[in-house]
Amino acid sequence: MQERVPLPTSRPRRRWSYDRFQQRAAPYMFVSPFFILFLIFGLFPLGFSLFLAFHLWNPLDGLGNWQYVGWDNFKLALGAPDQFWVSLKITVWIGLLSGVPQHLIALPLAFVINQSLRKWQSGISTILFLPYITNAVAITIVFGMLYSENLGLLNYALSVVGLGPVRWLAQPDLVPVSVAVVVFWRYVGWNVILYLSGLQAISEDVYEAATVDGASKVQKFFYITLPLLKPMMFYAFTLTIVGNMQLFEEPFIMVGQAGGSGGAALTSAMHIFNVAFRDLDMGYGSAMAWLLFLAIFVLSMINNYLFSRGGGRQ
Amino acid sequence: MTTQPLETPIATPRPPRQKSRFSFGRAGLWLFVGVACFLSLVPFYLMFVWSSLPSAQIFTVPPHLWFGDALVGNFQKMMTATDNFALRQFWNSLYIAALSTVTTLFFCSLAGFAFAMYDFKGKQYLFGFILITMLIPPLVMDIPSFLVMNNFLHWIGTPRALWVPGMANAFGIFLMRQYIVSALPKSLIEAARLDGASEFGIFMKVVVPLIRPILATLGIVTFVGSWNNFKGALIMRLSEDSTMTLPLSLRKITGGATNVNADWGATLMMVVLTVIPLLIIFLFASRQVISGLTSGAVKD
Repeated sequence: MQERVPLPTSRPRRRWSYDRFQQRAAPYMFVSPFFILFLIFGLFPLGFSLFLAFHLWNPLDGLGNWQYVGWDNFKLALGAPDQFWVSLKITVWIGLLSGVPQHLIALPLAFVINQSLRKWQSGISTILFLPYITNAVAITIVFGMLYSENLGLLNYALSVVGLGPVRWLAQPDLVPVSVAVVVFWRYVGWNVILYLSGLQAISEDVYEAATVDGASKVQKFFYITLPLLKPMMFYAFTLTIVGNMQLFEEPFIMVGQAGGSGGAALTSAMHIFNVAFRDLDMGYGSAMAWLLFLAIFVLSMINNYLFSRGGGRQ
Repeated sequence: MTTQPLETPIATPRPPRQKSRFSFGRAGLWLFVGVACFLSLVPFYLMFVWSSLPSAQIFTVPPHLWFGDALVGNFQKMMTATDNFALRQFWNSLYIAALSTVTTLFFCSLAGFAFAMYDFKGKQYLFGFILITMLIPPLVMDIPSFLVMNNFLHWIGTPRALWVPGMANAFGIFLMRQYIVSALPKSLIEAARLDGASEFGIFMKVVVPLIRPILATLGIVTFVGSWNNFKGALIMRLSEDSTMTLPLSLRKITGGATNVNADWGATLMMVVLTVIPLLIIFLFASRQVISGLTSGAVKD
């Protein structure tokens, strides 16, 4: 509640009423830019894309020249042989290949830094965080050069130990791995930082109490650290899932718009991009975007379920 | 091989048992962390080395792993490869990122201030709504955002298609609100009001100077996000040589990472041009960047 402050009596009345008005209206004025922008660039587009999902439309035909097709766009996307299913599988596969090792490395790394290397923590975090803020296009080009079949550093290193050249960016079953490595490299540090901030929120007293009770380091990790870190793990997992399901830039730059040989790294986000912006089929693209949204939602819910079910400590 | 260094058993009254017992383990820890740091840095080292090598020496067997003297030559090649637009493109990236940053700081801190310091009808609902909008995956917005720009506003190919929509964003407002709630006492605002300041005057003259740390954080995060935005620029078709941002130009001159015909000296020079501002910002303000980006994780 705003308290009305009596003003000096010498002030004129008009000024007084304006003053009251501007005090009352101020908070609404201050928050209004968000809502105006969201209306134009958020709410309206969302509604429009939902509308388009049930239509066939090429934006070059102009507004209004769309054709209602019912659920056809969704049926097409969910039909067995469609590229959308394939792209979804590829997306999940690359997501697992990069996401699982990310957390398997980041968690112990954060634990070790927090336990034993506190003194160097800020320096180490800075180094590990660098990949995350680096431009994805620039860094993917560098990795692409490492992967080069004949003259890349990776194959050179392999040849030194007598192994033949590997076709990192041409062999369909290897391409997802090559892309996943870049994603892994970019996001390990990010997860380390998240886990570090989670670890630092755990009170020293808990560890000390456990030490008094004779708990070993390993026991402390499994019975104190992990349970208390669960909320942060949930958050980090969620970010990985949501981010990986929308993976676009790394494969797009690494193997090109079509997803490389046989579309081996054509993620859903790339497929949607191609359908919408290359083939200009906005309705089908929108339908698939909503399906992907649904997939992200379902996976997040599964994550949520697993975390709320496993153990009642938090 | 594995002999431990001689210990000094009676040096201290309470010897640090952990340290001597775990010295072997500590070596393992350092190895683990050291390898992680090394792998984080290698691509950066390589991009700088390569940007200084003549194109013919970038891919050779055995590879060149030390700096060459073709830095200037590669810069000229980059200018040629972009029809002399490279610096203009650098400026485009800078322009969009700067506008995005300034406007985001203004609108987000203004709204954050309102949510933190005022009590007004519907406040909880409005704030809750803002939080919910953070759950919309950006991907769902790609197509309709393009259509709004293309068929309604006719902003395609212009920088404002990139910086206007995010001016007042949920993350920024949330970040600002959290900081202001914890950092500024309401009495301060009331005192300023007693002095006859208008509400907007209070914001500009009292609040803004006091929230500089969080402004720095949000500013850097916004700048980096905008600087790195590739997909947005791609969708909004900033595709003319004169309107391109650096990431788009990079893609154009390589034609994808697998293109063997790309001029690698020129490409690597542009990679460095794209990455260096980020490195500079990060080296000076890594704490702000990290705290800003992880602040979503800190619970209220």
